[in-house]
Amino acid sequence: MVYIIRRLMQAVFLALVMSFLVFAGIFSVGDPVAILIDPEATQAERVRLVAQLGLDRPFHEQYFIFLGNVLQGDFGNSFVYNRPALELILERMPATLELAFASIVIAVVLGIPLGVYAGLRHGSVGSKTIMAGSILGFSVPNFWQAIMLILIFAVILGWLPVSGRGEVGQFMGIHSSLFTLNGLKHMALPAINLAIGHLALVIRLARSGTREVRAQDYIRFARAKGLSEKRIVMVHLLRNILIPIVTLVGMSFGGLIAFAVVTESIFAWPGMGKLIIDSIHLLDRPVVVAYLIVIVMIFIILNLLVDLLYSLIDPRIRLDEVRQ
Amino acid sequence: MTDVNTLNPDLLEKKPAPERPVWRVIREFRSSHLAMFGLFLLLTIVIAAFLAPWITPQNPYDLRSLSIMDSRLAPGEVGFSGLSFWLGTDGQGRDMFSAILYGLRISLTVGLIACTVALLLGLTLGMVAAYFGGRIDTIVMRLVDLHLSFPPILVALILLAVLGRGLENIILALIIVQWATFARMARATALSERNREYVEAAKSLGLSRTRILFGHLLPNCMPPLMVLYTVEIASAIALEATLSFLGVGLPSTQPSLGLLISNGFQFVMSGQYWISVFPGIALLLLIVAINLVGDRLRDVLNPRNIT
Repeated sequence: MVYIIRRLMQAVFLALVMSFLVFAGIFSVGDPVAILIDPEATQAERVRLVAQLGLDRPFHEQYFIFLGNVLQGDFGNSFVYNRPALELILERMPATLELAFASIVIAVVLGIPLGVYAGLRHGSVGSKTIMAGSILGFSVPNFWQAIMLILIFAVILGWLPVSGRGEVGQFMGIHSSLFTLNGLKHMALPAINLAIGHLALVIRLARSGTREVRAQDYIRFARAKGLSEKRIVMVHLLRNILIPIVTLVGMSFGGLIAFAVVTESIFAWPGMGKLIIDSIHLLDRPVVVAYLIVIVMIFIILNLLVDLLYSLIDPRIRLDEVRQ
Repeated sequence: MTDVNTLNPDLLEKKPAPERPVWRVIREFRSSHLAMFGLFLLLTIVIAAFLAPWITPQNPYDLRSLSIMDSRLAPGEVGFSGLSFWLGTDGQGRDMFSAILYGLRISLTVGLIACTVALLLGLTLGMVAAYFGGRIDTIVMRLVDLHLSFPPILVALILLAVLGRGLENIILALIIVQWATFARMARATALSERNREYVEAAKSLGLSRTRILFGHLLPNCMPPLMVLYTVEIASAIALEATLSFLGVGLPSTQPSLGLLISNGFQFVMSGQYWISVFPGIALLLLIVAINLVGDRLRDVLNPRNIT
């Protein structure tokens, strides 16, 4: 309990430091007024806009006003959309989460069978092909993969659409592109793009796990008992290679949300990542600051959860608290 | 004067001197064809990139040598000025081959500078943390852990959102992203080396701490760090390309590979693939070449493999 409270306090402190750094940095670059205002506006209109946005006040005042507002859940209005920044971000979060979810499913559903196969048939042509593909998956930069996917599946073959989220269906109160055919088609390329890096990782883990587990006594015993190969693989082997894979998937969820920035801006997927890139280009300070604070909070919470889950899964891993 | 050897035949039959470690590493490295291919590819790319001004048919950033009439020619087409463009041209009539070599130059420079500084920074902090231990160690490692719990692209994005785009800014962002990886590796290596006999020997000789740290501990920590350094250059180049592609990295006056790919992206939809595809292939070859070399170095330098 003490551990959790200490971690939470660290988290709050970290969020404060980050908010200050980000605010100070954003404050010192760029002039949002120049972008927002009509070039033919008079000086009086200009002054009024500056005052309205609070940009005429000194830095520390702006920061404390900002901090006070943040604590009340108010991150300020977007300069561009003229709507609360937090609302904009939360509105786009489901799109990002569903993309991350879809790519985890792809990575696991394809990665485990491919990895297990490569581990069982070590040295065969199929295994070598899979491993070469996984190395390629690591090496090819994500954004270029995306362009290749677009070129092949959208431009040359014309099978799949390349931008937007498509129709959003509703199922049990959840809105998602996963529930319509059109939505799924729109999601296919971005989800594959986001999945490839993790797919390569899952393949590697499943393969090395399989090779390790296969030599264990209990597998030999199962074989000696006369169990079918299928049952040995599906029950005895799979269960034992799953733990590191589950951990990886849990830990990489944050990474997926971060990498979604690239995928979303290429496929014009209306998620948080695209919003942040657009906002950086438009110098939309409140949205950038709000995004950064939200994402830092997500990460702090994710890391905390992973640490706690770790000690649940494996009692040998002790938390700081016990050690001291 | 008589030669000593003629008097003492025993010395003639002495065993040959043990092979120097450097030669062993080179010999073992050469035994892998794949790694040699990677090295060859890497050297070709590096040399071509640094000789770019002398070997490209065109200076892609000298506006006088560009002609808008040549814009978006497909690979192999002959341009208005009689020059043939083997990799096609971009929207401004720029020869893609020349642009790629110039872009490689920028990508390589950024990656090398950033990684080298990050290596030095991480190395110093990691070794100091390992050697002195205690509070310094705790502080450095807390920072490292915190740092590594955020994905690199996010850290870089936050920094660049704050700093704005620019050559110095992206190098700074890459250094900040990478120092922690080096620090962790340096600390782990130094910790395992710290208790070895040669350090004790140096201590008992009464050598100064600085001298033990840099004269004795450092050289023995280098092999795993060199492997990491090689691989990290590849990831720095990839990260720079990604950030430049997103428009938060290098400014358009420094057209790295990422920017070239980004410029070509708008034409991909209309099937004019070469503007994006060829710089991407160059980037891919560079990364694969570095990783092939790094992988082999890891095998060769691993102390467990030394017989």
